[in-house]
Amino acid sequence: MTPAPVTPAPPLTEPPFTEPLLAVRDLRVDFGPAPAVRGVDLELHRGETLGIVGESGSGKSVTALAVLGLLPGTARIGGSVRLEGRELVGLPGRELARIHGRKVAMVFQDPLSAFTPVYRIGDQIAEALRIHQPLDRAAARGRAAELLDLVGIPAPGRALDSFPHEFSGGMRQRAMIAMAIANDPDILLADEPTTALDVTIQAQVLEVLRTAQRETGAALVLVSHDLGVIAGMADRVAVMYAGRVVETAPVDDLFARPRHPYTLGLIGAAPRLDGRGGPLVPIPGNPPAPGEGGPGCPFAPRCPLAEGRCRTAEPPLAGAGAHLAACVRADELAERGPAPSEVYPVPELPAPADPGPREGRAQVLAVTGLTKTFPQLKGAVFKRKVGEVYAVDGVDLDIRRGETLGLVGESGSGKSTTLYELLRLAAPQAGRIELLGQDTARLDPAAAHRLRGRLQIVFQDPMASLDPRMPVGDIVAEPLHAQAVPREEAARRVPALLRQVGLEAAHADRYPHQFSGGQRQRISIARALAVRPDLLVLDEPVSALDVSIQAGVLNLLQRLKAELGLAYLFVSHDLSVIRHLADRVSVMYLGRTVETGAVAEVFERPRHPYTRALLSAVPLPDPAAERARTKVLLAGDPPSPTVRRQGCRFRARCPVYAALDAGRRTRCEQEEPQAAEAAPGVDHTAACHHPEGR
Amino acid sequence: MTTTVLTDTVPVPAGDPAPSGRLRLVLARLTAARGVLVGAAIVLLLFLLAFLGPYLTPWDYATPNYTAIRQPPSAEHWFGTNGIGQDVFAQTVRGLQKSLVIGLLVALFSTVLASLVGACAGYFGGWTDRALMFLVDLMLIFPSFLIIAIVSPKLRGTGWLAFVLLLGLFNWMITARVVRSMTLSLKEREFVRAASFMGVRPFRIILRHILPNVSSFLIIDATITVGGAVMSEAALSYFGFGVRAPDVSLGTLLAAGTGDAPVFPWLFYFAAALLVLFVLAVNLIGDGLRDALDPTADAGRPARTARRPRRRNP
Amino acid sequence: MIRYLAKRLSYYAVLLVVAVFLAYALSCTALGPRAYFEAKQPRPSAAAVDRQLTALNINDRTPVVERFATWADGLVFHADLGRTIHNTSVNEEFGRRIWVSLRLLLIGSLLGMALGVAGGAWSAVKQYRISDRTLTVFSFVLLSTPVFLVALLLKNGAIAAKNAAGHEVIPFTGYETPNLAGGLGAHLGDWALHLLLPTLSLALGGLATYSRYQRSTMLDVLGSDYLRTAEAKGLTRTRALLKHGLRTAVIPMSTMFAYSFLGIFTGAAFTETIFGWHGMGEWFIQAINEQDINAVVAVNLFAAVVILAAGFLADALHAALDPRVRY
Repeated sequence: MTPAPVTPAPPLTEPPFTEPLLAVRDLRVDFGPAPAVRGVDLELHRGETLGIVGESGSGKSVTALAVLGLLPGTARIGGSVRLEGRELVGLPGRELARIHGRKVAMVFQDPLSAFTPVYRIGDQIAEALRIHQPLDRAAARGRAAELLDLVGIPAPGRALDSFPHEFSGGMRQRAMIAMAIANDPDILLADEPTTALDVTIQAQVLEVLRTAQRETGAALVLVSHDLGVIAGMADRVAVMYAGRVVETAPVDDLFARPRHPYTLGLIGAAPRLDGRGGPLVPIPGNPPAPGEGGPGCPFAPRCPLAEGRCRTAEPPLAGAGAHLAACVRADELAERGPAPSEVYPVPELPAPADPGPREGRAQVLAVTGLTKTFPQLKGAVFKRKVGEVYAVDGVDLDIRRGETLGLVGESGSGKSTTLYELLRLAAPQAGRIELLGQDTARLDPAAAHRLRGRLQIVFQDPMASLDPRMPVGDIVAEPLHAQAVPREEAARRVPALLRQVGLEAAHADRYPHQFSGGQRQRISIARALAVRPDLLVLDEPVSALDVSIQAGVLNLLQRLKAELGLAYLFVSHDLSVIRHLADRVSVMYLGRTVETGAVAEVFERPRHPYTRALLSAVPLPDPAAERARTKVLLAGDPPSPTVRRQGCRFRARCPVYAALDAGRRTRCEQEEPQAAEAAPGVDHTAACHHPEGR
Repeated sequence: MTTTVLTDTVPVPAGDPAPSGRLRLVLARLTAARGVLVGAAIVLLLFLLAFLGPYLTPWDYATPNYTAIRQPPSAEHWFGTNGIGQDVFAQTVRGLQKSLVIGLLVALFSTVLASLVGACAGYFGGWTDRALMFLVDLMLIFPSFLIIAIVSPKLRGTGWLAFVLLLGLFNWMITARVVRSMTLSLKEREFVRAASFMGVRPFRIILRHILPNVSSFLIIDATITVGGAVMSEAALSYFGFGVRAPDVSLGTLLAAGTGDAPVFPWLFYFAAALLVLFVLAVNLIGDGLRDALDPTADAGRPARTARRPRRRNP
Repeated sequence: MIRYLAKRLSYYAVLLVVAVFLAYALSCTALGPRAYFEAKQPRPSAAAVDRQLTALNINDRTPVVERFATWADGLVFHADLGRTIHNTSVNEEFGRRIWVSLRLLLIGSLLGMALGVAGGAWSAVKQYRISDRTLTVFSFVLLSTPVFLVALLLKNGAIAAKNAAGHEVIPFTGYETPNLAGGLGAHLGDWALHLLLPTLSLALGGLATYSRYQRSTMLDVLGSDYLRTAEAKGLTRTRALLKHGLRTAVIPMSTMFAYSFLGIFTGAAFTETIFGWHGMGEWFIQAINEQDINAVVAVNLFAAVVILAAGFLADALHAALDPRVRY
């Protein structure tokens, strides 16, 4: 593809005058009284990629499943789905089964639960083949191995005999794709295929999807909440909100000139890797629950451009050419082309008081050479030790008052273990943790208990981190009780805390399930703030939230930091969020810190090849920029942390190492690289023997 | 200055104060399940019968009447009379009373024991866990019937309360195991981790976070245990290892009537029917509660968590 | 997997030893064979009673640990379970009765499980249809009826049938017709007929328990992602359910088997007594009433071994069914 065609390519704006491969008309799905999908129209042509984007509850996955006829029996489906002119809605099960897998195949979100746990991967793929093709056992097995090879699974012969639980997430998703393309389908439906995966693995899997599409010539429907993924993959995009398509357009057109305020808001709410913006643009409020809302446009209550007529009738999807939008002010938006911040109210964040030079500020947390190993256990009931897991093996952290350190790493890199080691407030196996000037190895229980009040945590999952059986007031007061603050005093502070995070004092009597995800995360933050901590540990605090909600929470965190002078240890796998929020960043790989420094330094001049690969794997919500980028794809999965390697632990996947001559490789193989400064006086270190030059 | 923040404050659904939210959901689900209503009605009626029944009849359950031996049910003796002329209705009602009380007490006792043992084993782990689970395994080796039967000669003269203790003592193990495994997963949940990182003490965490979150299961389990205990009581008493004269229970009535059942059915079938009816009603309630209380259950679908393998009680 | 099972087995061995000791100690303290002898007419002298008790190794004046050591010594080195209170060999009685009980236990539990799993799976697939509702009501009533009552009702039914027909239609006492003439075929037929009611009383309980449990695990599976995948591959709903759904949904049944066996064992003891089978359960009840310590302990040993064997079988079954625990 050529980079950034400003005018969409002709075949996209004027669909060829042939019958579409798949035509969905007025698709309606409801479960009981509440409609989940309320009249969706979609068209899919041979070979193209259609992206369906939307937040949770927008009906995008239900739409995909309804197309395949895979919804549970309680769902009622109306409207029409035509595959090559043949109506699928109401087709008997036996007929549908002939289409499934052969004409239309599906890749599901969670590849662990999508494979039957008790059968071998090879058998499951062979089964898919033998349903539709007259193959004998051996031939099907051979073909399955070829398919696994095609999707890049090493040693496919051996992989055939593996059980799903023996595969990593990325491998499972590859195998899923292999199974989906087994019968050369005309359509591949991928429902959030990379949501459960790390960015580098996501980049691999997206590449595999492209390969699969190339090999089979199938049209791809990619359902995702991630604008970046959509921007990089789709030819055309449909944006869904509250069970309807609110805007559809060729991808470049959509990102360049969105005509629906919701699309505009989504683009403005996503933090971007390539620029450090000020406050993000949050879309106020929450999406309506199914069945909720009046006769008007479902987005009107959240829309800054809403007028009287928006509340009386729902606008149809309309427009000229291929760019359609369901908004009465679409033309106005198309003409004016405003930036998100011109339409949505942008919160003013208090400017952080200049904290002065970094060296002069008090150290909040200092970690050096932290190590944590677990016994590696086997067996479900009787665990026996078979080795060591080197979960954390040389982590250094340094946080000063009033600053945010972003801790980045993929799953298995040891971020969570590092956090739990910090929060344990006990002597580490090796290394040293100094919290607020106190060495945790030398704390007596009483001092440790006191110190707990100065260090608080906000967890990832706002559902799981609040006790569902406790009213919010008690939840927020719990750390106060734990620190033996008198009951009346605690009760007095709760309303102020709730207001501080943007909730109301009256909410104290309610239970967590009565709040939305973003509000629950605010409750978590209020609880953490209750004891006025010095350091807040934020463990993936926004990764369970939708983009539009996430923006509000990120803005809140920025405001609190500025107002209260907090220090944050912000753990995330999302580099865009780190870029947006953090002052400094620390990158971990396989239990070790590989690169540390000021955010701008690290993101703009990454020195460690792993950091570079990580940055390049993050998709940008900008199709033109996304196409123009050169990508560094890492090979394979991170190696097992049960083996302690000599030399650099990244070299097996390292593109720099791969390009070195034998002589220069020796150092990588034998000597563990130590953190080295990029230049004297610059806050930027990398642990690499062959760092990228400045 | 906080435009962002304030805009997000509105949409908490207005309306009832908090607790009713969940309560109402549970009630709605309960009323939707006809089984629960039917079961609850039957249980209520049986309790009324058991405790008001003695006042409805002029006959005493223990007084023999040699002029009216083995009479079939009539207007005077509603359930007939037995071999020494005692009124079967008075006896059945009295026996039902005893069986119900035993069932309730056993369920209460064993549920409390099970939740404490299970939660401690799961939360503290390590040697506490190993020791408690060894105890559980050990107690599960023998059917409780064997042990209670062995001990029963010692209990002659101690009355039925000791029997309740024994039944409870041998009925908590499987529940404790389920509570333990639920605790293990709750312990990994972030709200429990958050509490321990905040410095909340272990026993407080168990009381404030763990037990409330397994309470649904405990309520359901206790309900089913009531039925199980009534059945165990009947079986043990039937074989002479449980309730003894002068006390009567459904089990002793069945034992007394069994030989005559083919010829004098009223001596056997009234007690048998009440026993089955009560346990059935309790099981209906338990099953309905499971669907209504389990937070993971969808509206229509039954629960997926921690379904206790239900044991056949003797 | 072999290692896993071996480890399991050694754990069970430890449990068995501790449990048997406890059962022994409990029987010794709870039962009073001295009173049994003292109640004899004419009343024997204290010294004679003592002598007899000591000879049988049930003298309450010997410390329990010492008695247990003697008993265990006999068991381990001579495979001897001691003497009954009537001074006959426990071994002989044990050998006679064990096959009676095992026949009932094995056939009853396996039949109950097979019927239950099939019924439960079918019920789940036909959720809320007439067949599901019928089975649900049936198993609910069965679950609410104690085994001994089921056995009594069956027996009463057989008696009623006999009274109505004038001769025995279905046998309801003992496990064979005494002095039956005829060849092997006649004997086998006779056995099967005698097995019918006792086995049914046990199997009905199993059917009810397993079918409820299997139904609910199957319903959980119905909403699973992998079943959707199987359908997305092109399997019909029914094929997907049978091949992918049922196969996964039977895994929890192995745990269930271990638990339910406790109940089955107890039920078998009642059933034997009610149908006049001279099995272990009947012996136990008789022994308690006779204060026969050694016989009681022997039955306990049998119970522990059978239940642990069921537990081990369940573990092996679980490992065989679920590759995730196979290491």
